[in-house]
Amino acid sequence: MKAPDFDYLRPASLAAAVAMLVEYDGEAMPLAGGQSLMPMMNFRMAAPEALIDLVNLSELRGIWVESDTIRIGAMTSYADLKGDAAVQKHIPLFSLALPHIAHDAIRNRGTIGGSLALADPAAEMPALMLALNANIEVEGPDGARMLSADDFFLGMFETALDGELIKAIHIPVAKSEQRFGFHELTQRHGDYALAGVAIVQTSNTYRAAFFGVADRATRVPKLEAALEQNEDITSVLAHLNSVDFTDDIKANHTTRQRLAGVALKRALKGMTT
Amino acid sequence: MSRYIDISLRVNGEDVRATVPSRLNLVDFLREELSLTGSHVGCEHGVCGACTLTVNGDTVRGCLMLAAQADGKEITTIEGLAENGQSAQLQAAFTKHNALQCGFCTPGMLASALGYLNTGGSADRDAIRQHISGNYCRCTGYQSIVNAICDVIEETSI
Amino acid sequence: MTGPAHIFDKPNRYIGKPEPRADAARLLQGRGIYVDDQKLPRMVHAAFVRSPHAHATILSINAEEARAATGVVAVYSGEDLAKHVTPYVGTLTHLAGLRSMPQHPLAVGVARWQGEPVVMIVATSRALAEDACELVYVDYAELPAAVDSETALDTGAPIIHSELGSNLAWERDVVVGDIDAAFAAPDVHVVERQFRFGRHTGVTLETRGTVCDYDPSEDQLTVYYSGQAPHMMQVIFSKHLDLPEENIRVISNDVGGSFGIKIHTYGDEIATAAAAKLLKRPVKFIADRFESFLTDIHARDHIVRAKMGVTEAGKIVGIDFDDLTGIGPFSMYPRTSAIECNQVLNLTGAPYVMENYRAKGRVVFQNKTLMCQYRAVGHPIAMAIADGLLEDAARKIGMDPVALREINLMADDSYPRTSATGMKLDDLSHKRALRKLTDLMNYDGLRARQTLARKKGIYRGIGFVSMVEVTNPSPMFYGIGGAPIASQDGATVRLDAGGALHVSSSITEQGQGTNAILAQIAAGVFGVDLNRVKVTTGDTATTPYGGGTWASRGAGIGGEAMLQAAQALKDQVLEVAGVMLQTGVETLDIQSGAVTDIDGSVRLTLADLARTVYYRGNELPNDLNPELIATRHYRVTDFPFVFTNGAMAAHVEVDIETGFVKVLHFWAVEDCGRVINPLLVDEQIRGGVVQGIGGALYEECHYSPDGQFLNATMADYMVPMASEMPEITIAHIETPTKTSILGAKGAGEAGTGGAPAAILNAVNDALSPLGASIWQMPMTPERILASLNQADCN
Repeated sequence: MKAPDFDYLRPASLAAAVAMLVEYDGEAMPLAGGQSLMPMMNFRMAAPEALIDLVNLSELRGIWVESDTIRIGAMTSYADLKGDAAVQKHIPLFSLALPHIAHDAIRNRGTIGGSLALADPAAEMPALMLALNANIEVEGPDGARMLSADDFFLGMFETALDGELIKAIHIPVAKSEQRFGFHELTQRHGDYALAGVAIVQTSNTYRAAFFGVADRATRVPKLEAALEQNEDITSVLAHLNSVDFTDDIKANHTTRQRLAGVALKRALKGMTT
Repeated sequence: MSRYIDISLRVNGEDVRATVPSRLNLVDFLREELSLTGSHVGCEHGVCGACTLTVNGDTVRGCLMLAAQADGKEITTIEGLAENGQSAQLQAAFTKHNALQCGFCTPGMLASALGYLNTGGSADRDAIRQHISGNYCRCTGYQSIVNAICDVIEETSI
Repeated sequence: MTGPAHIFDKPNRYIGKPEPRADAARLLQGRGIYVDDQKLPRMVHAAFVRSPHAHATILSINAEEARAATGVVAVYSGEDLAKHVTPYVGTLTHLAGLRSMPQHPLAVGVARWQGEPVVMIVATSRALAEDACELVYVDYAELPAAVDSETALDTGAPIIHSELGSNLAWERDVVVGDIDAAFAAPDVHVVERQFRFGRHTGVTLETRGTVCDYDPSEDQLTVYYSGQAPHMMQVIFSKHLDLPEENIRVISNDVGGSFGIKIHTYGDEIATAAAAKLLKRPVKFIADRFESFLTDIHARDHIVRAKMGVTEAGKIVGIDFDDLTGIGPFSMYPRTSAIECNQVLNLTGAPYVMENYRAKGRVVFQNKTLMCQYRAVGHPIAMAIADGLLEDAARKIGMDPVALREINLMADDSYPRTSATGMKLDDLSHKRALRKLTDLMNYDGLRARQTLARKKGIYRGIGFVSMVEVTNPSPMFYGIGGAPIASQDGATVRLDAGGALHVSSSITEQGQGTNAILAQIAAGVFGVDLNRVKVTTGDTATTPYGGGTWASRGAGIGGEAMLQAAQALKDQVLEVAGVMLQTGVETLDIQSGAVTDIDGSVRLTLADLARTVYYRGNELPNDLNPELIATRHYRVTDFPFVFTNGAMAAHVEVDIETGFVKVLHFWAVEDCGRVINPLLVDEQIRGGVVQGIGGALYEECHYSPDGQFLNATMADYMVPMASEMPEITIAHIETPTKTSILGAKGAGEAGTGGAPAAILNAVNDALSPLGASIWQMPMTPERILASLNQADCN
């Protein structure tokens, strides 16, 4: 289909973009890479009055290493992340995950900020944020604030953003005592996962975030505790019972739970530093 | 607020100025406004890869980019690749290996293949398959396309 | 069949050679011309309001706001167009008992599937037309929908056409021998399975579309057509839009994939032609992907309960099955939606000797997208039934599946003969193909590696199929039933003044290389260099009258016509040359663009000969009337169809933790008679195999209980992509068909017809040590896990 009509705006600053969102009173949507928004527009499933193109917002670009944190501008594309030396060095989990996200043409345009703001339950990036214990810096009409990833994803396509735009993502730099794991089960390369998990192990603590299985990227604290206690895999997996697994035409909740367990086992087996 | 926007860009080496509806996507702009019908539309969803073309040297889905977002950019379509010679080796290899039948996926497939070659991709068949796994082809079964790309890599490295 | 057999006494210069396609250059440079590339002056664009319901009465349509919307040129309802387009019914007399009801291009009164077009908007751009569609208010009263084929014939099921009294469109029984007695014999083992084949669809990368242009000054309709059968469409437009056939020109340029999808009659395309006639200007309609999913024909929706009996010693005594298939609310026009079931009834077990056979086919209406012929019509089901049961039986009696086939395949020297179902068979090579296959794949080595892998908990499987494919159909396929579908084709070959050959043919190109093989045959038989042949196809105004390309008939039928025309022209040219050179024609030949002695020494270039004929006729005797143009037509007369045969194998690995199937490799040995261009045939086979793998592992149209198509997007409907597809090794056997001089049979569909059976068998072979089996396609991870669970419970 052809997209419905809209006003196209290209603000020069983050403040101007925020002001435009306020002006349109909920009827405007921010446009980052467009790799998720444009399909929705092309299905006429999204019909905002205006699109606010964030392309000129220099405040949203750049990758900086700041002591023990790496700060990534929201408008950084997946391709930029994949090719950035600092990211490769300090966020090994990204190197494991990025090749599985869609395909080159999508990665060249899709942005980290766009993915997090959308919060697609099948997407990898929200789960990576949870696993990495990232902080998400946002800015809105009432000013700026920092949200932890744990507090950011509230439901299916639902985040804690309140008229705000994501400005940057702050990710702890990898430490030598950390190990990383990632496994995604898809029938075809680049598909959204049937089940997937991203794991960060720091000494004896685990953060394991599942994606593709429920209404949002999900950690299961009791499962993480079981891993920390070195319990056998059966009792670790039993904690998955608390997750409300999605039913859809590709897999029902039983199959998804089973696949989540397999993804976890394989991610654990393949953990690297 | 205006629902049209003025854009200024370079397409296949030529300067283009146009006033376009905000909602017009890049591949429709190229096809309808510039009559560059070599780029194709297969799904308007970003999944099939038929609309893959090159913007500032990177492959993009032409259906997921607004013409408005192409302002200030350099676009190369399959026609441009033929004119500037960038696709010459691929064209010869695709012809030799019969790596196309109906030709509808071919523009996107060439753009993707060129992306692989330009970043120094190796003649690893699995890696090539993975790279073109975002370009749907219903006719060939993909093997001849992989053969063609391997040929070009091997030729270039001699 | 008699004729100039000397053509193939020595290797032909071009026939049989892997010549690259001349069409490739154009397509590789972005100079293809597909329907959406057509821009005509004053062209307007169509969009459709479509039924959101599977079954609903249309109470009212309010389009006032739409009519007034920016850029809108016209709005048509079903009732509006019914005044200008006569309805059509998809029945043919040779399918006795087939029923269907008249169908309008836009729904009139009742919408019968989600996606049926209801209102047409024509506007100055597609985007504006779609905007206006949102301003059309249709009041529907939902009706109970008959969605499930298994309950469609139950008492109390919603009846789609009350005039018909039930949802039964067609049924047929085939009874040969005495199957019950055969199964009851003491040493016979009977295996029984219920197969489920998932409804799926073609997903051509270029969606359906058309540009229709009507010129009132000449009462002329020109249709730019993305499809396979231009002459058939000419008749259909004529009949239903009340225009003389000769006033309709159907032109097919480049087609972005068809596979049978674009050979049927679609209401939105007919409506577009009607709108062009009413508006007296060009109208373009291009289906978007969602529309394509909802309206392109679907196929392969079958539930089959089947049994095979084999003796202890491995002899098949018979097959017995019941096939239930669901189509749409109408039988598709003009080819009918009963053909797929008919093929299943006719072709199951056709490679094997058996004396008993019983098959019942029932075709039922459903409130789903219409179903009809799609590449390898019925073959995937027929081959999966027979070869699936065969390997099941092999496991039951502890025999190797190749050995079991060797006992039962028809012997290569036993032709001509008929199958149990009465199919006339000749020139087949099942046993040779199987042997070649097992050599090619190193079968014994693979089995050994499989055993080793099993010990490590890796479950690999090897599965086979021996198959036949229907090709080169005669008038028995459609023509005799009253369909305006030509089963003969023609070719014209013309020598021009400069020595080039212009050839035209009534078969058509969708990328398989039709133009290329026509050029190779013309050049190879006549005697010019390949690059001096120009080909015209796909235009009813300029080509001979014929059937187009479908049912793998292009090479065999169109190719034969071209061969005969080229030979005729050669004879005509040599006659002139003989007079000009004052020598007997038996001393002359044509090679590389010149008239030569038999040994090849040049006597006269073709250009010199042609220029003399065309410009300086005074140099020729008055009683010599040179014709430098020849036309020949060809049809198959001896057989209803000419069959090809193939043997294929798949090697898979099943991840028993996830249910994922990896296809490690695939082999195909194909006997399609004389191969005109192995480069083209090989890619056809590979493309077909991948399409078959799609049906076996990935592709399915999912419907909700109330008839909503749930996965009508490229993200949710899974088509095979490059990463998961195997390398496919191909080998050929050439047993030319005696029905023509060329001896070529069709090759376009075998891969799609056979691959699902081979994959099914490979997966079941992988699962067999675990006591699990699966009989439903696509074999999704969830279904494979379920079959493993089932085995655990048993």
